[in-house]
Amino acid sequence: MSFENSVPGSKFSADHFALLDLPRQQGLDSAELDRRFRRVQALVHPDRYVQAGDAQQRLAMQWATRVNEAYQVLKPPGQRALYLLTLLGFDPQVESNTAMPVAFLMQQMEFREEVMAARAASDEVFLEAAHATLHRDITEAHQQLITLIDHQHDYKTAAELVRKLMFQEKLLHEINDALEAVTS
Amino acid sequence: MALLQIAEPDESVAPHQHRLAIGIDLGTTNSLVATVRSGMSVVLSDEKGHPLLPSVVRYSADGKADVGYAAEFWKSLDPKNTIVSVKRFMGRGHADIAHGETLPYDFVDAQGMVKIRTVAGIKSPVEISAEILKILRLRGEAALGGEITGAVITVPAYFDDAQRQATKDAAQLAGLNVLRLLNEPTAAAIAYGLDNAAEGIYAIFDLGGGTFDISVLRLAKGIFEVLATGGDSALGGDDFDHRVFCWIIEQAGLKPLTLHDTRLLQGHAREAKEYLSQHGEAPITVKLSSGEYVDLVLTTDIFTEITRTLVQKTLSATKKALRDAGLTVAEVRGVVMVGGSTRMPQIQRAVGELFKQEPLNNLDPDKVVALGAAMQANLLAGNRAAGDDWLLLDVIPLSLGLETMGGLVEKVIPRNSTIPVARAQEFTTFKDGQTAMSVHVVQGERDLVSVCRSLARFELRGIPPMVAGAARIRVTFQVDADGLLSVSAREQTTGHEARIEVKPSYGLTDNEISEMLKDGFSHAREDASLRALRELQVEARRLLEAIHSALIGSAEILSPGERARIDAAMLHLQNVVDSDDRPVIDAAMNALSDATNAFAARRMDQSVQQAFTGKNIDQVTL
Repeated sequence: MSFENSVPGSKFSADHFALLDLPRQQGLDSAELDRRFRRVQALVHPDRYVQAGDAQQRLAMQWATRVNEAYQVLKPPGQRALYLLTLLGFDPQVESNTAMPVAFLMQQMEFREEVMAARAASDEVFLEAAHATLHRDITEAHQQLITLIDHQHDYKTAAELVRKLMFQEKLLHEINDALEAVTS
Repeated sequence: MALLQIAEPDESVAPHQHRLAIGIDLGTTNSLVATVRSGMSVVLSDEKGHPLLPSVVRYSADGKADVGYAAEFWKSLDPKNTIVSVKRFMGRGHADIAHGETLPYDFVDAQGMVKIRTVAGIKSPVEISAEILKILRLRGEAALGGEITGAVITVPAYFDDAQRQATKDAAQLAGLNVLRLLNEPTAAAIAYGLDNAAEGIYAIFDLGGGTFDISVLRLAKGIFEVLATGGDSALGGDDFDHRVFCWIIEQAGLKPLTLHDTRLLQGHAREAKEYLSQHGEAPITVKLSSGEYVDLVLTTDIFTEITRTLVQKTLSATKKALRDAGLTVAEVRGVVMVGGSTRMPQIQRAVGELFKQEPLNNLDPDKVVALGAAMQANLLAGNRAAGDDWLLLDVIPLSLGLETMGGLVEKVIPRNSTIPVARAQEFTTFKDGQTAMSVHVVQGERDLVSVCRSLARFELRGIPPMVAGAARIRVTFQVDADGLLSVSAREQTTGHEARIEVKPSYGLTDNEISEMLKDGFSHAREDASLRALRELQVEARRLLEAIHSALIGSAEILSPGERARIDAAMLHLQNVVDSDDRPVIDAAMNALSDATNAFAARRMDQSVQQAFTGKNIDQVTL
């Protein structure tokens, strides 16, 4: 996008936190994030530029896309931590780094097998319970991430936790799918 | 391309002038047009006072098309040339059409979208829909007494890319400047939310003639945020009629019917369904062309029983949308009922039971979508004062993905992503020296390509020969504020860029549209090139106006040299805008655009910079 270069210090190429004028930290007030997102989106959204020229409309679309992206990354705590750690130079490498404590992996595999079995058996009760357990674990991990990143600055441990979290979120997704399949 | 903005040459649009804008609900069964007058959204009726225009088009041998009540009259008399519920064919291939075998049309399975052979020639659903839109455009012009700046056209939230593109094409063909495609439940939420100052989580349950949508929104002052949407773009009142139709055939033991009798029975099935909304049972008495009599009574219990699975489908989609939004039924503050089919008591009851609350029926379910569309059109046309406006955040209904090895789908943009949205995905070659790669774009939730909708296929050529796995091909999906997709691809390692803008396979090429436009104009004896000139002039004036007001707002961020260049380009365009030389006007517009690009970008950046400093250059009330 050519205008990035023509605008020194552009907000467009700023990181997600800077774009929304938020401190670079894991603990964010969700309502404040919502407010800031809406405030910026209200300025750049294509709906504000329907009467403008094509170039301006395209620009608005790029900006609104950019702002939506920032919000999508910062809103879910797991994504936020992943992004923040990468900014801080501790990329959790969730795609490539699969080195994980064996005990954790075993536990996840067992859990997944149970979920698959419950899906096959249409065991809604088990799936609901599994969902609740996992959801609680994930929420706890979110809290831990705030402590690790914002207070203890232990980015290495945080990166490891994020890798685990991504595993758990994927599994939660599978449980959701299973529940959907079982209940419909 | 903007259409239909013909102003007299000396009638340059003054800033802050009220612009005539309309909202159109292009429905399966009925269509409506509405506008905002003195701050009130109103549906515009025809000269006989009918607010609804039946979405029926009848072609006669002389090429003429009757639309609405005039066409409806011919439904069973001339079924082959009288097209009802054309919306169900928009962006659809022959195989996609439900109960196609019971429809009286002579389908032609054209490339991409099905077409219908009529006495006036082969017509595409886009052309047929354009006939309906034309009538609504004329109704709007007559009521408002002038040319319309633009229109907001509603589409089912669950419409996929091909169906959206087809709708936009139809509007363009009808001579409308589309300000925005707006999702029907979102339009209803705007009308409901503004009228009732509603705040909190609301569900919009929209069961129309041929489509079902469920949208979950968070409403607050100045904001309409769609959290999740779901539905079925081939489920509506028509399907309830069809169940009754099948029940009649079964009960009366009827042999294969003539086209006339099919239409006749379909009409009676629909009447019986509507009668049941007010009564416990509906008598069905029909004399067929064979002289045979059908004499049956449809009770509420039977009707509920034969349509149970249809109702169940709406409930499943509703639960899924709630799950996607991460919400429970208890968190939903109200359920707004939209669409004529929500009048069916079993729907009201089922929705009430699911949400554990009485559904909201205080708006006319037939009109609420058009009213909301008009409000949004009024906003987009710039007729509302700063601080008295709202921000609308909508989502894409279906995931977008690419075909990978083995017929599997790699999702690139998940459903319910807030639009506009862009996402890129990297792919690589799987053979040494591979120089081309085929990209197949699909839409849908399933993991297999074969059960998703194919949107586009294109070849990315000119990849520099490398060992397998070395090339990095970045495919970018961009979905705009209309929910329409464009795809581009580029090879990263060498910087070799092969940008390809993709139009969905079901969409029309620009050439096809201009051909159709030409055809349309020769019928109407309008001069296509004159019209194109007028459009260009209006667009040029709009550009001048927009830059003029931008300069007033933030001239200080321009250097004297930049300012001089912009002023010169503006002056030049001003001088040529009234000429009849299209290439010259076009070139002047491009020059002005070029001169202002950096200014526009800086201005946007500045407004974001200042968003949190309290000295905003634009109104911010959120």
